[in-house]
Amino acid sequence: MKPAPFAYAKARSVAAAIELLASNDARLLAGGQSLIATLNMRLSQPALLVDINGIAGLDRIALTNAHIEIGTLVRYAQAERSPEIARAAPLIALALPHIGHTAIRNRGTLGGSLAFADPAAELPACMIALGAEIEIVGPQGQRAVKADEFFKDLFETALTARDVLTAIRVPVASGATRVGFAEFARRHGDYAMVGLAACAQADGTRLNDLRLAYFGVGATPVRARKAEAALAEGDVEAGVSALAGDLDPPDDVQASGAVKTHLAGVLLRRVARQLGRAAS
Amino acid sequence: MSERFHEVAVTVNGEDVRERVDARKTLVDFLREELALTGSHVGCEQGVCGACSVRVDGVVVRGCLMLAVQCDGARVDTIEGVADSGEIADLQQAFIARNALQCGYCTPGMLLTAQELLARGGVPSRKQIRAHLSGNYCRCTGYQAIVDAVEAVAKTRAEAKR
Repeated sequence: MKPAPFAYAKARSVAAAIELLASNDARLLAGGQSLIATLNMRLSQPALLVDINGIAGLDRIALTNAHIEIGTLVRYAQAERSPEIARAAPLIALALPHIGHTAIRNRGTLGGSLAFADPAAELPACMIALGAEIEIVGPQGQRAVKADEFFKDLFETALTARDVLTAIRVPVASGATRVGFAEFARRHGDYAMVGLAACAQADGTRLNDLRLAYFGVGATPVRARKAEAALAEGDVEAGVSALAGDLDPPDDVQASGAVKTHLAGVLLRRVARQLGRAAS
Repeated sequence: MSERFHEVAVTVNGEDVRERVDARKTLVDFLREELALTGSHVGCEQGVCGACSVRVDGVVVRGCLMLAVQCDGARVDTIEGVADSGEIADLQQAFIARNALQCGYCTPGMLLTAQELLARGGVPSRKQIRAHLSGNYCRCTGYQAIVDAVEAVAKTRAEAKR
């Protein structure tokens, strides 16, 4: 199908974008790899598209001592090539090759993935696992929202209709940081049936501050807190058993909830092995 | 500024093009309908099949997931341009030699995507070739012959460099 008619404006600054978003039924356009597909299918029919691709400075990757800040317009392919992300945010580097296909990664943006908040997408779960902060600019100015509070419901986030997600802030990985990532998808690059992003701080054989964030199992990424408690003590099989109390995935076209819960356990064993290894 | 129709200036296969476009027109529809460059195919229109692959500013993108109006000031290369320049002549020959196409619907996208991988140099593994082409559907060949062709060209090009 073809999109329904809409007006288009290219914003030259974040302030200009927020101004344009004041008009009725306007949508932000970043990489467009989800939005334009929904326009083509007429699942969304905005009156105005506000294109932020021309705004200078939103595609920067900046490293400080404590954080790595990734601009909203950083594209997946750019992030894959970034030595800063590989070193300071190894979980994101692990997840990136699973996101879409090469042509999608050439165009899709990290900020767009979070703002769209597909329940089966990789990056929202990574943000939860990493304890990231989402930087937002709106008509009232700038604010930062913790990833734990950003994803509200199916395709719903803390963003209002006039907000622009401008950057992601992730704590820099240390020598003790352990990360793990695994997913099941029918075809490499497709949305996952179930996936798991994990991050912890190793202390001897213990895993402190362990965060297991599953995706594809609910409306938003889901923390598996009971499994976290078991795995932190080093008991992988107790963690797998605990998943039944953590997850309640609905049946979908790809798999039943029971199959997804089983697969979540398989992923936990794989990710537990990754968490046991120091980053090379 | 917030209007439906916009004047865009695009360099398509090295030629400067100026057109007034409807904002809702996708890049691939613009190329096919306004410029009669029908080598880029329209398959799923939702970014899944890869038949509409074109190069924008040097990188392969989905022609159905980008709007023509977004290409103002951009350089767009289609299969016509890349074939005419001779850039992929060896790859085209390898596709023919190894029966890497039957109906040809996926072939332009397949060639452009494969060329993106080959242009990085070296000889990618078959696994890397498959991963790079994973976003391009072919319903005829079963992919084996396509991977063969890309692998063969990678080896020949690496050999020629030595």
